[in-house]
Amino acid sequence: MVLVRTSERIGRVPPSGIRKFFELAEEREDVISLGVGEPDFSAPWAARDAAIASLERGRTSYTANRGMYDLREAIADHCAERYDLRYDPDEEILVTTGVSEGVDVALRALVDPGDRVAMVDPSYVSYRPGVLLADGEPLPVRTRENEHFRLTYEALDRAGASEADLLILCYPNNPTGAVMHEEHLEPVAEFCREHDLRVLSDEIYADLTYSGEHTSIATLDGMRERTIVFNGFSKAYAMTGLRLGYALGPAEGIGAMNRIHQYSMLSAPTTAQHAALEALVSCDDDVEEMVSAFNRRRRFVLSRFSEMGLDCFEAQGAFYVFPEVPGDDEAFAEGLLEDQGVAVVPGSVFGEAGEGHLRVSYASGLPQLKEAMNRLEAFLA
Amino acid sequence: MEAKRELLDVLCTNARTETADLARQTGLSEDEVETAIADLEGEGTIRGYQAIVDWEAVDEDHARAAVELNVTLDRETGYAEVSERLAKFPEVSSLHLVSGNYDFLMIVEAGSVRKISRFVSEKVAPVPEVTQTVTHFVMETYKEGGIGMNGGDDDDRLSVSP
Repeated sequence: MVLVRTSERIGRVPPSGIRKFFELAEEREDVISLGVGEPDFSAPWAARDAAIASLERGRTSYTANRGMYDLREAIADHCAERYDLRYDPDEEILVTTGVSEGVDVALRALVDPGDRVAMVDPSYVSYRPGVLLADGEPLPVRTRENEHFRLTYEALDRAGASEADLLILCYPNNPTGAVMHEEHLEPVAEFCREHDLRVLSDEIYADLTYSGEHTSIATLDGMRERTIVFNGFSKAYAMTGLRLGYALGPAEGIGAMNRIHQYSMLSAPTTAQHAALEALVSCDDDVEEMVSAFNRRRRFVLSRFSEMGLDCFEAQGAFYVFPEVPGDDEAFAEGLLEDQGVAVVPGSVFGEAGEGHLRVSYASGLPQLKEAMNRLEAFLA
Repeated sequence: MEAKRELLDVLCTNARTETADLARQTGLSEDEVETAIADLEGEGTIRGYQAIVDWEAVDEDHARAAVELNVTLDRETGYAEVSERLAKFPEVSSLHLVSGNYDFLMIVEAGSVRKISRFVSEKVAPVPEVTQTVTHFVMETYKEGGIGMNGGDDDDRLSVSP
């Protein structure tokens, strides 16, 4: 007899495709994993030290629901200086438990049952379940390799996004590594303005942009008032486990998100907020060093793919590349794991448009990447 | 300059990185890598290539010491002259002029603690400009040349994550 009846809503959310590969990888001992979505570096020491100091001083209480004021102020300064995103720390910034929580509360705060939510396909695995859990209807918008996996006005139109209520963007993109600069974002902004779409823009990989500067869609004409921007400390500051992100947006949107956040999370972890504040104040050099290392690895992996004859567009952001593979991507990834002990994630996990590709993370040291590429070459031979 | 800086970063991590891998990481051609390294060597930016060795794994008597030195100078003899003389000793693996309570910090290596003691007392102390030596024997090395000496860098990340 089932004593715990689960909701109909949860039945709509399929099990994670990533989970399966995690379990397969865990069965073997000699695995080199290129399936990781987090840096191999540790958080900068200054940030860790600030976390330790906050504990030593007994700062273990809740903070304000929206996050420590000092941190919100530092976020406001940082985003204004770095991305030309200007937000009021009093009303327009919410500190969240990672970007994941931010996106979840935004979807719950902004989506009514039956609302159509357009999202870039392929993109991060949590958006679709997040929309389903908010009783919305996901609307994937295919991006194409020959268009550098960038979202276009035409792609939005083809997918019927003119009928959508909301658009989720993720650039630099997980899993493709695609980036969109101002000239690419402008037509998307035009579409959103024409069809009155609100935008959730996940910019967690903004600092990991290897060509040109990152542009946020919220800086384009008429977009600030309809966009919630997400960023955080997980990727650029290697602080995934500290779970700290933030959302920037108009007061009404952020206020609505905070109404949910204050009941579900109360406030983001206090220790992590102290670490994040220090990260913003004093860890620019650490970030720069990590980004340089990622960039060298990116070039290395792309170069090896090219030598192997694997088609792969030149990823310019995040720490993933997205090569095309022969045949079914899931079968390819399973074969690669079984034969050579190299774990990667099949592209189809990230949406239908990812079929026939692999997500290969280069957030590993050069010796591991080198060995993994040699094994991949042997597998292809 | 940017490319040379990148090459130096990679070489400092692993000086044995093959030319092909250096090219892949920097986006330069192999010829460009070789030319840039030749330039860096020629202009004296790269002074040499050495292995980071855990000597205790090879020879348990191997000893190391950090020696503080104070010197007196006169019109004829400056730090450069004194350092030139000290640096010639093969036992001296590095020598720095430092700020603070003493003048030189000298790292000395030899086959035993006794050999280091004798070297300092018989070769270094008698140098006319040297007025004082303080020897600190290295008891354990945890990091050398940017490389941790305590074994594996465990990767405790999940093998597959979103």
